[in-house]
Amino acid sequence: MELYPVQSTGPQETFVLNLGPQHPATHGVLRVKLTMDGEFINEAVIVAGYVHREHEKMGENRPWDQFLPNTGRIDYLSAMMYTHAYVGVIERACGIEVPPRAEYIRVITSELNRISSHLVWWGAFLLDLGGMTPLLYAFDDREKILDILEALTGARLTYCYYRVGGLAEDLNEGFVEDVREFVKEFRPRLKMFRRLVSENIIFRKRVEGIGIIDAEMCRKYGATGPMIRGAGIPYDVRRAEPYSVYPELDFDVAVDPAADSMARYKVRMEEMEQSLRIIEQCLDRLPDGPVMGKVPRKLKLPEGDFCYATEAARGRFEVRVVSTGKPVAHRVRLRTPCFGNLSLFEEAARGLMLADGIAMMGSLDLVIPDIDR
Amino acid sequence: MIAAEPLRLLVFVAGVAAFVGLNAAYLVWVERKGAGRFQRRAGPTEVGYAGLLQPIADAGKLLSKQMIVPPGADRFLFRLAPILMMPPAIMAFAILPFSEYLVGIDLNVGLIALFAFSSFNVIAVMLAGWSSRNKYGIISAARVVSQNVAYEIPMMLVIITMIMLAGTLSLPEIVNQQAGAFWNWNVFALASNPLMPVTFVIFFVCMLSETNRAPFDMAEAESELVAGAYTEYAGMGFGVFFMAEYANIVIGCALAVVLFLGGWHSPVGVLPGVFWFLVKLYIMVFVVIWVRWTFPRTQFYGLLNLSWKILIPICIFTLMLSAVMIKLV
Repeated sequence: MELYPVQSTGPQETFVLNLGPQHPATHGVLRVKLTMDGEFINEAVIVAGYVHREHEKMGENRPWDQFLPNTGRIDYLSAMMYTHAYVGVIERACGIEVPPRAEYIRVITSELNRISSHLVWWGAFLLDLGGMTPLLYAFDDREKILDILEALTGARLTYCYYRVGGLAEDLNEGFVEDVREFVKEFRPRLKMFRRLVSENIIFRKRVEGIGIIDAEMCRKYGATGPMIRGAGIPYDVRRAEPYSVYPELDFDVAVDPAADSMARYKVRMEEMEQSLRIIEQCLDRLPDGPVMGKVPRKLKLPEGDFCYATEAARGRFEVRVVSTGKPVAHRVRLRTPCFGNLSLFEEAARGLMLADGIAMMGSLDLVIPDIDR
Repeated sequence: MIAAEPLRLLVFVAGVAAFVGLNAAYLVWVERKGAGRFQRRAGPTEVGYAGLLQPIADAGKLLSKQMIVPPGADRFLFRLAPILMMPPAIMAFAILPFSEYLVGIDLNVGLIALFAFSSFNVIAVMLAGWSSRNKYGIISAARVVSQNVAYEIPMMLVIITMIMLAGTLSLPEIVNQQAGAFWNWNVFALASNPLMPVTFVIFFVCMLSETNRAPFDMAEAESELVAGAYTEYAGMGFGVFFMAEYANIVIGCALAVVLFLGGWHSPVGVLPGVFWFLVKLYIMVFVVIWVRWTFPRTQFYGLLNLSWKILIPICIFTLMLSAVMIKLV
């Protein structure tokens, strides 16, 4: 490996460093047991499960629609996409028709949510690299999204706006104008972010060529989302297994073959731009009509095994439910993206220096409750 | 006429101690206000007018907290480290010339004495990290030592260049040589060394690194090492490290002003010298704060590479260049 001028001398003299569960770089209660040789990471062992909340079990002991709010709390930064997957699986199982207006609004709010989630990641990633100011810049823009979505849904973070068969209610007055204004304001801000950070020489030295996670490793550990797109594979659930109105929309899947931290960074920055494009198209095409389809008063899924996947901010989120025809689920399985994305840390961190390991972990964009569920 | 000299020294010591204390306390305020402005927020506003009493409130909080010595730590060295941190910083101020009349001691080896004092903080940080029996602390201690060894060398090479130019080690003497208009300042002394601005930038970079400031704050890289060497310190033990950091920034910036920016000499010729000295000093301090809140942290080997592979060769080159120029001119 040509990455460092000096190399680890091997496992003769090592010590164990406990990174977390209370550590500023783990963004929550994640614990990583590092076997260090000086500044080099010889071995990393992930200890997850500190915020395990039994979400899957909760899905199995309450009526179908009552589990919906839980899904927004698994990955608290992309609640829209998560609730979308859950309502999607029930709609697919029961064959419920969703009005087009509801589908378009779902896409708009999901993409807004994706931007706000990527903004948090952008700030936190720079925080991991020691730059504190970008976080505040990111939160400035994120605040506008949160305000828009708060006016619409009443919640700022754990939205539960989608319902089986449509939406809780129609758009509030002024929503379209607010979103259009945000899109207009956010484009120049993205340019400024690029000038402030992406072209900064210190930043580039820290991310370019460091934390290589190639396609093979992604496949081995089931990493999805910006991780696999940053390794050069254009896998995006919105295109690979189209759902909602995404097939009708014109957007590119951001891909970068470099497979380093910079590639994942670039992919996420590009995704924000693409999300803006999607939002604009949806606003232009937004049809009139009802936002709620015909849904039976008491939800009852036919016997069978159903699944539905959405592209969340961190990758593929998939809900699989097994129904035996009873009013509650026999099994609810949540396939969350962060678990796969984190699992490869053990392999990818080997041989890195501590600071680069942290930088690489930052580029994974972890949300700890999403790992533990 | 009883003992005028001891009295003068006493007044000066009190003055310097007050100056350091005020600077350390209020630069924290300036830093927090500045960071607030850079980040589009207000900074401290609650305690006193514009948050001006915030440093006092912080100091009161830190003083009222217990200093906990972690079990298994080296109790003596753990307590000694913060004590070793502050006095050298205060002593260094005795040598700095604030104006023609405001000089504590005009030592003929002033520059060397200043470096002797200001290099002391490395030992203190190393002891703090090593004695606190914390793995993050030990990593931080190792980083501090190798970082400071790496940056002491280009710093010294710059200083040697300046000494050759000035022909003296006395700080007031160096300032006096830069009298007159601003093109007499050493940073513009292109006649004796065309690379002088580069030398100034190198000095500034080394100064940032010596004071463990971002983007070279390896010692307390909070995203990797929690708080590095200071992790286990609570109360005023931590407070002293915090204050000494700002005192060291002031020393470094003051030295830059003395060596390169004409010390107390005014660029336009009005107002007393001490005013101009402080103006230049705080502009430098502002740049230091500005850099911290703009750049991410460098990687550790990148920092060492910068010193050994880039700064030291350039420094040796400028040193030889000015030696040749002095010989020729």
